[in-house]
Order: sequence, then structure tokens, then C-alpha cells
Amino acid sequence: MRIDGKGLVSRDKAVSFRFDGKSYSGFEGDTLASALLANDVRLVARSFKYHRPRGILTAGSEEPNALVTIGSGAGQEPNMRATVQEIFDGLEAHPQNAWPSLERDALSVNDLLSSFLSAGFYYKTFMWPKAFWEKLYEPIIRRAAGLGALSGETNADRYERAFAFCDVLVIGSGPSGLMAALTAAEAGADVILADEDSRMGGRLNAETREVDGQAGADWAATMLQKLSEMNNVRLMPRTTVTGAYDQGTYGALEKVGHHRQRRSDLPLECFWRIVAKQAVLCAGALERPVAFPNNDRPGIMTAGAVRTYLNRYGVAPGKSVTVFGNNDDAHRTAHDLAAAGVSIAGVIDSRGDAQIDGDFPVYTGGQVIATEGRLGLNEITVRHAGGQRTIRTDCLAMSGGWNPSVHLTCHMNGRPVWEPSILSFVPSDGAVPGLIPAGAATGHMSTAACLTSGIESAKIALQAIGLKAKNSKTPKAEDGTYNIAPLWYVEGKGRAWLDFQNDVTTKDIKLAAKENFRSVEHMKRYTTQGMATDQGKNSNVNALALLADVTGRGIPETGTTTFRPPYSPVSIAAMGQDAQGDGFAPQRFTTSHKASVARGAPMIEAGLWYRPSYFPTQGETTWRQSCDREVNMVRESVGICDVSTLGKIDIQGPDAGAFLDFVYCNTFSKLKVGRTRYGLMLREDGHVMDDGTTARLGEHHYVMTTTTAAAGQVMRHLEWVHQALRPELDVSFISVTEQWAQFAVAGPKSRELLNALIEEEITDDSWPFMACGPATVAGVNGRLFRISFSGEHAYEVAVPARYGDSLFRLLVAQAEALGGGAYGMEALNVLRIEKGFITHAEIHGRVTAFDIGMERMVSAKKDCIGKVMAARPGLVGNDREQLVGLKPVGNIKQLTAGAHLLEADAEAIRVNDQGYTTSVGFSPTLGSYLALAFLKNGRARHGETVRMVDHLRKIETLCEVCDPVFFDPEGGRVRG
Amino acid sequence: MVKLIAKSPCDGLLPLTIGAATLTEVETGPITSISPFKGQEKAVSEALKAAHGTAFPAPNRTTAKDAARLIWSGRGQALMLGAVPQIESAALTDQSDAWCCVEIAGDGVQDVLARVTPVDTRAMKRGHTARTLVQHINVALTRTGKDRFEVMAMRSMAQTLVHDLQRAMSGVAARG
Amino acid sequence: MRLTCPLCGERDRREFYYQGEAVMLDRPAPDAGDEAWDAYLHLRDNAAGETQDLWCHEAGCGAWIKVTRNTVTHEVLKTELVAK
Repeated sequence: MRIDGKGLVSRDKAVSFRFDGKSYSGFEGDTLASALLANDVRLVARSFKYHRPRGILTAGSEEPNALVTIGSGAGQEPNMRATVQEIFDGLEAHPQNAWPSLERDALSVNDLLSSFLSAGFYYKTFMWPKAFWEKLYEPIIRRAAGLGALSGETNADRYERAFAFCDVLVIGSGPSGLMAALTAAEAGADVILADEDSRMGGRLNAETREVDGQAGADWAATMLQKLSEMNNVRLMPRTTVTGAYDQGTYGALEKVGHHRQRRSDLPLECFWRIVAKQAVLCAGALERPVAFPNNDRPGIMTAGAVRTYLNRYGVAPGKSVTVFGNNDDAHRTAHDLAAAGVSIAGVIDSRGDAQIDGDFPVYTGGQVIATEGRLGLNEITVRHAGGQRTIRTDCLAMSGGWNPSVHLTCHMNGRPVWEPSILSFVPSDGAVPGLIPAGAATGHMSTAACLTSGIESAKIALQAIGLKAKNSKTPKAEDGTYNIAPLWYVEGKGRAWLDFQNDVTTKDIKLAAKENFRSVEHMKRYTTQGMATDQGKNSNVNALALLADVTGRGIPETGTTTFRPPYSPVSIAAMGQDAQGDGFAPQRFTTSHKASVARGAPMIEAGLWYRPSYFPTQGETTWRQSCDREVNMVRESVGICDVSTLGKIDIQGPDAGAFLDFVYCNTFSKLKVGRTRYGLMLREDGHVMDDGTTARLGEHHYVMTTTTAAAGQVMRHLEWVHQALRPELDVSFISVTEQWAQFAVAGPKSRELLNALIEEEITDDSWPFMACGPATVAGVNGRLFRISFSGEHAYEVAVPARYGDSLFRLLVAQAEALGGGAYGMEALNVLRIEKGFITHAEIHGRVTAFDIGMERMVSAKKDCIGKVMAARPGLVGNDREQLVGLKPVGNIKQLTAGAHLLEADAEAIRVNDQGYTTSVGFSPTLGSYLALAFLKNGRARHGETVRMVDHLRKIETLCEVCDPVFFDPEGGRVRG
Repeated sequence: MVKLIAKSPCDGLLPLTIGAATLTEVETGPITSISPFKGQEKAVSEALKAAHGTAFPAPNRTTAKDAARLIWSGRGQALMLGAVPQIESAALTDQSDAWCCVEIAGDGVQDVLARVTPVDTRAMKRGHTARTLVQHINVALTRTGKDRFEVMAMRSMAQTLVHDLQRAMSGVAARG
Repeated sequence: MRLTCPLCGERDRREFYYQGEAVMLDRPAPDAGDEAWDAYLHLRDNAAGETQDLWCHEAGCGAWIKVTRNTVTHEVLKTELVAK
């Protein structure tokens, strides 16, 4: 029911929205909860386990009951709290966890079965038969007990991430937050003021008390206006600081698009990382309910929430309201409602000596012992000093006291401490370095105390960063005392709820204690209390007070569970922060990318790079046809392949040779200028790290190549070796991978092709095998290397990357004129397998130089990384698995990578394992599948027959063990 | 004889204007990395001053004289843009084709950058530079004016760089 | 988490690559023996408290950095360049 003249909503801006299929109207500034209450809708949800009818309990992000699904289709958002969801024209909200309807939910039968569904019932009931759990019980339980669901479709909504930096981060914009922000800002600090609410001001917007002679909300608005005009202050409404992390880093979730129509360009949420030199925590306090029988009916709300709806939204949640509490603060609810003309049916205070003035019935020493109303409250029963009576009421405002929002102070392992004067926990000192709690978050319960606390806390923050606060006067405000007496639960007939969302009652806590789950952490996990989306904000203190009672301990000894980030739920999508689609990882494209794609080449990922698999020509329907043709092309004429993705590192300096001798196991200092050498790089533990060729371009100038996959790792390794181990060496290196577009020109006609493009004449004398040097490529200064990864007479030609696209197109056209063309990764792979050349399929991190037959490359004359450990026991010897070639010899001709090797007739079990295949391809040159493999003592077993077993693909093939170099073992072609 | 055609790293990708921000490719001229040899830092700086009028920049700083710009680019390393260093005592490596360089400019450009880079661009003054990240990409980020920054990244990542900046620009513009 | 690169200043943890304990700086001589090499490569104290470890400012200036920090309080006490 809307109350005229009350509230801060824009009465001139009507908003229409839908809930549960019906249209309603509210005002701009309303939440879904306030608008529903204004329309007298009390039933909005069903509970998690018992499917109990539920209404709205709170007016904030701690809401456990009023969870709804917003929108429909791919982007529907489940479990949104109606208490923070702002309404806008066209908003569509749906109830969840109810079928066929909210009013008649079939699974409310669970409520009748509640005596069988107490804490731990899953563990006790569904123990047998074992097989039933996965197939039967679990699916049923998941269907019955649940919240909202995702659409299961790909969501097009955008999410964003952002970074912010400030001197002072103020978390919360109530009285203490506003004063902290102003104090810090006036001292010249760079300030961020963040608040989860759309309207900043905290409880000043929800109360009628004045500050400096102004209505609280007006004073807050004035303050915010003042702050927004300062250019060293950033206001961040709708931004929840979700976590406190190391070195002053805070996580914060900003809701950007939830309060308006979806737009494809507008992020729905933005996840901020705020780095603050100091932070002031002004997160306020949350009111706790009282656990009395059937305290969960729609219409029963926290007393503070009732005031919020009345004062901020101009909504009376009932026509005849009762108030039940154990503290003076609850009385405000009765006074505010009465002043607004709402009928008060009674104020029940559990304290016998409570002082209340007002024109309404008062029951001191009273407790609510029963409630009635199936889909909404209509009656309560009160036992009080003078007896027992029944009161007709449609809204009960309850207050068990206020809990300071200490959550963020616990995020780095801080434990809050019990404060008897307010019967709650307060932050421990210095719990998070640089985070200063203030105001109600530290237990200050009057507005005046909060204002002062905000100023004082800001001064501490300012001092820490070397700034001085200006003297300004503290605004005047009420400074009443907060009187409270313990009231955790009310005994009576029926269940009394603690954790509303997870349907945990006082009975469950008692049962847990009885079954010896007496530790607060055990109780939590056994009963699921505090494990709902509100993370125990409403229930923790009551639950552990009850646990303390039934286990005969005090509350401080019972302790509390730990609050961890996030403060309130953060969607996975928000954490994903747009890291999807093209934003998932950087894409690296070669200069030949467009030309390759234009030729229809499917691109495959190689690290972050994209490389062509093969280049289909007309009539080819399978990749194998293309691959076979491309292999033959290289063997018979000439092929072109972009090899720019290999890492290239420019190494210069007087000690460049000595440095290379230390990082490679073989020697480079003696390599002639103008020559290239294959190098093997080890890790310090003796295993192979990477391989590649290194060319000596000058006396003090080399260019190293790495594999595509290990380029980054090798660069970091070189920096490590130089900076940490050999700083005395005068050498410097820099990646030139991106500077050069480099293409392999491979095949018997490669020289013919290049001689038509390169100014310098290529002959066997001028460019023998492994020669390198500058070359003028179609008028451009480039480089030429006579190296081969195919075993053919081949070159790699490099030009500055700006010419890469042009040169690739030119090379391919020239090759085609000679009967050749472009080849892709598939053909490259077959060509190198035919020659027994290794890649990271072989040097996968567990093999040594000995395993791949290169132990003689480890120079005896010098130390190098990995040399000592390569010689340790276990890393050499005949029981090592060694690189071999395999050819099929039986009826089955297929080989597969990753298969196991066994003796021909051995059973295929682990203990008989002899090795494994690493690379496999069909060789059109030899007309057979070929494999590279590691086999125990393999070098001594050439000619033996072994069995390849692939359990996954169900393939068994008999193979002959042979030398890994299948084709042209003498190497005549590469030199010819 | 055939002639090779040069293409710029952001060929076909830029310019872009979204909201108040513009993204354009920068023609840097030649780029050469300069790494002074051991103990030659001072000599190299002197030589640079003599030959180009610009000292070797301190970490996170740039220096410039006429067309020549020097951008600190890492430990013991700077890039010379716009001129080819005529000095000795340092490893000089041609990097003219290794980088893509874009300028992002306009009102709210720092809001855009806040969405992609983990450094505080508000703490950077004109001429300050930082080796850092744009999303997952290593970059050199230089402030060239009040609402003006240059971002240099690996050439092969030009498309991703433009994609990431474009997303950030549109996210900021959509907030209005 | 934030680390101060001695060259670049304070930066977010995402810019750094983590290597492990600073033991790696003291590479034994080739003839130091199996035990010394085993300790160098494999044995770590995993201290609860003050520890020194190695980070590379990989997404920054490329410097290798020795970080002194407390694994219990998460306090970063000192950062210094590995190469002086």
C-alpha cells in the first residue's frame, strides 16, 4: 500500500513491469520488492527445501527469500534479489522453485514431510542401494530442492572488467561513509566512494532522524552533491565491494545494465579491481530476525526493512502492523508507521523493563509464540507478562538486534570479536592491513556516533598516507543509546526458522549438536546453515547463539564461521569479464594469414598463432588427399610454408658465443660467420627444453630460432640465465620474431625458384647447406638460410614483416608455375616424420638428449645448463625409452599417436609397457604409416617386432622397430 | 623485377571512432632497439645526445628531439622511433616491422584504458611510458597528451589489440 | 596482490611470472656433487613466514626480481633486481 507524501521515489515517473505473468505499476526509484509491496503482493517465492510460501524479509542485498528470475530466454538471470532489483519499464520477473504456480506449489508436500527432511537427511536416507544415488535420488533431489535456472543457451550479454586506483576507498555511503569520504577528499586525497545501492546515503534514506536540522535523506543528498562536485572524488553507486585482497586490492562488482532495458553494447556488469592505499569500511549493520515458531510467513519482515519501505519507498507493507523485538531500535518502526497513519496492532518487547511511549498496545516481557496465514500472515499469538493473546495482523516487523557488517575484515583470515554491549561481533583490530572499519560496522549504533567515527577513521587513513585532515565540524544528529537484551529464539510449537533460504530451523541446530556436530564449522556443514546465497548474513549469529546454548558454552567460545569473498553473489560471467569469443585469448596472425584463408586453408591453433593445416585444391575432399599431394609436391618440385611463428631471438655482444655455449649443450662460439647450426637446449634438470637452429650473422651477432610453442619460455630462460647466473657476460638479446616474415622454400626446385627472386646468385658454393646471410629479395633487404625441416634441398627466406603478405603470394605463384605450391602443417608434419626430425611431440619435457640419440651433442669441453643433471643415474642407460621409428608389418596398417608399445605377444597391461608412440603420419613417399616412438632400449632393437596397442581407439598393430630416419638416411637430397 | 608491396600492421582495421574516443594507426618511421653493452650506458647516452640530441631515457620515461623519439622499453633497453640510431657500444636491432602502434585519444580515454590495462594511467604524465598489459597482450603504453596515449604491441596481435580497445571504447560509450 | 618492480614500480601480480624459491640463484659448481645439485633443484624449505622467491616481470620490463615476503601475513618486505 502506497502512503501519500512519503518516500523518495519519483511519483511523477510511473513504471510498468510484470511479475508472475501479471502487470503492475510502480515508480522510478522503486525496487521490485517495494513495488510489489505497494501493490499488496506479499507472496513472491517458495523456499528451497520445503517449498514454503515466502515473501520479502529484508530491504537489501542480504535478502534470503525474495529471489526471482529476471527476463527470459538466453539472458535470463536466476536468483536475483527482488530487494535490490530496480524496476524499469518492461521489466519481467518470474517466481522460481514453484510448480505449477506460486499459490499451488505441488512440492509443498515436502513441508508435510518435514520431520523426515531434517538436517543430514540425505546422508541418512539415501545410503542404499548405492547405485540409486546417481541415477535416481540425486536427480530427484536436484529437481525438488532448488533455486532458479539458467537458460542453458549461450548468453550474449556483455561483461566488463576495469581497474581503478585511489588514495582512500570508502566502502558504504551511510553517515560514516559520507563523513569519511568528505574528510579524506577535503584533505586532498583521491577518493572513491562505493556503495552497493542505486541511491547512496545508506540508512539515512530509510530513517526519519535528522542530521544538522535536515531530513537525513536530504542531508545525504546535499553531501553527495558536494562530493560529486569535487574532482578528486569518484562516486560509484550500484557497486558492491565484494572482497579484500593483498596489498590494498579490492574486488568490486558494478551493476551497469540491470536497471534498464538490455542493450547489446552496454555491459550488464563490470568487475572492478580497486587498488587503494587506504580503505575505510563503512558497510553498516544488518538486522537479524528472531527465531520464533512459523516466523517465515509472507508479511513477517525485519523491523528495519519495514522502515525502509515506509520512509524510502513510501510503502506500508501492511495495514495492521505488529512489532516484535528485543531492543529500542525496533520501536522506531512503530513510531514511524504510526506517524504515517498506519495502524499499529501491537508492540511486543521481550524485555520486561522496556520503555515505550506510543498510541498503540504494548506487550513488555512478550514473545510471539505462533503465527497463522497459509500464503501470508494474518494472525499472531503473543505470550506476555499479562498472559497470552491473539492479534490480527498482516505484517510483523521483527528485530533481534543489529549485526555489524564485518565481512570484509574477515577476508584475510581476521576473526571478529564478540561485543557484549551490542550482542554481536565487531571487527578485530588490524584484520586487513590498511582497512579501517568505521560506524555501525564497528558497532556504533547512533547516527552521531557514526558521523564521528567516519571522520576519525578517515583521519587514520589520511595519516597513513601523509595527509592531514582539515578541521571541520561534526554534523549534529541523534545520539541515543542502543539498549538490547538477548533473544535468540522462542520455544514453542512448530518450526522456527534461522536460515530462511536453506530452510534450516532451530530443530536442525539442536539435532546437529545432539549428533555431536558441536563445532560451529561442523554444524554449518551438517545443517547447511549459512550456506545459502546470503552466506549466513541473516542467520549466523542466531544459529551460533543457539548452538552455544545447547552445547552449554558461551558465544565467544563457540566462535563463528569465516566470511570469505564475495560479500554478495557474483555471477561467473562477471568473473569471466568478457574473456569469451575473440576476447578469450590473443590471436596471433602471420602475414600470410589472409592469403592462406583466401586459398581455403583451415587454420589451426599453434599456441596463440593460427597456421594453415593444408591448402585444398579442386577435387580434394579429405585433408589426407591435400596432405599427400603437398608432401609429394615438396619431394618432387617445391613447396612454400610460412615459418614465421618460430621464435627468433637476436643475440649480440662480445660474449654472445660464450653465452650460447652455456645455454646450448653444443658449441656455438666456434661456428663460422655465415653458417647455421642445430642446437639443443636443456633444462637444468637434464631434460630437453627446446631445439632449433642458430645462425651466426657476424662476429658478435647471432640469430637463434626456437620452436613456436616454446618461444616465450626460451626468452624468459635466456633472461634468467643472463640476469641470475651469468651477469658477467656482455651480451644482450631481443625477440625479432615479429620483425621478420620467414618462409620455407623446400624441394628440388627451391633454388631455381629463389634465383628468380634474389639478386645474389645462389650456387652450391655461395650457399652450401647450412649457409646463411643477407640477401636482396625482390629488391628488399632480407635474409636467406639454407636449412631444411623436410630433408629436401631447402631454404628459409626472411623479409621485414611489412612485405610478408606480398612475398608469400609471390612465392606461392612462382612455386605453382614450377609444379609446386603452398603446404600446411599436416604436410610439414609428414615430411619431418619421414626424416625422423623431432618436435615437442617428442621433446615433451620428460626426455633427455640420450633418449633422442643426441647425447654426443653434449659437449665434454664446457659446462652448460643441464649438463650435470643429464648425467645422473636414471637419466642414462639402456632401460631408458629411446627414440625409434615404427613401420606396420601385420595385416593392420594403421598407427596412432599416444598408443602403448608391448612385446608382440605380451598382455596389454601396465607392467608389460615398453613405450609409446609420439608422432604418426601416413607417408605417401613410402606408401605406409610411419611413427616416431619411444621404446625401452630401442636403439638396440631395430628389426624387432613390437605390438602397438591403442586402448582408446581399439587399434592393435604389429610394427617393425627401425631407425627414426625413414627417408634418405644418407642426407643426399638436402645437400644436392 | 617484381616489387614487394608493404602493408601496415593495422591494414584494414583502423581508424575507428566510438563515442568520444578515436583509435588510429601511428606511422612510427623506423624503430630500432638499443641495448647498451656492459658498462656502456653512459657512453651510449652521450653518443645519442651528440648524434640525435636525445639522452637514453630513464625507466618509464621517453625523450625526444625533432623526429627522433626514444622510449624506454625494458631492462637496459630503449626503442628509437623516427630515426635510425647512429651510435656504437650498444646492440642495435631493427624492429621497424615488429610493432603495431596505435593512438587512442579523446575525452574519457582514461576510462577506456582503465578497462584494459592494470596500470594507473592517471599517474602517468605526458612523456611517461609503461611496459604493461592490454588485456592479455604485452604492450608499451605511452602518454602523449592530455587525452592521448600510444599503445605499441606485437605486430601479429594487431587484430586482437584493436578488438580489445574497441570493446572497451564501446563499453564506455554505451554508458553515455 | 601487488609487487614493486624495482624498475617499473608497483604493479598487479598478473604482470609477473613466478619461479620459486631464491635458492635457484646459487647454482652449484659442476663438480659440487649429487647432493648439492639435488638440493639446488629439488629441496625447498616451504617456510611459513619470511621467504625469498623469484619473479619475472614478464609482462613488463623483463627483469628477474628477488622478493622477500611473509607467507603467513602476505606482507611483501623487499623487492630487488636479481642482476645488480
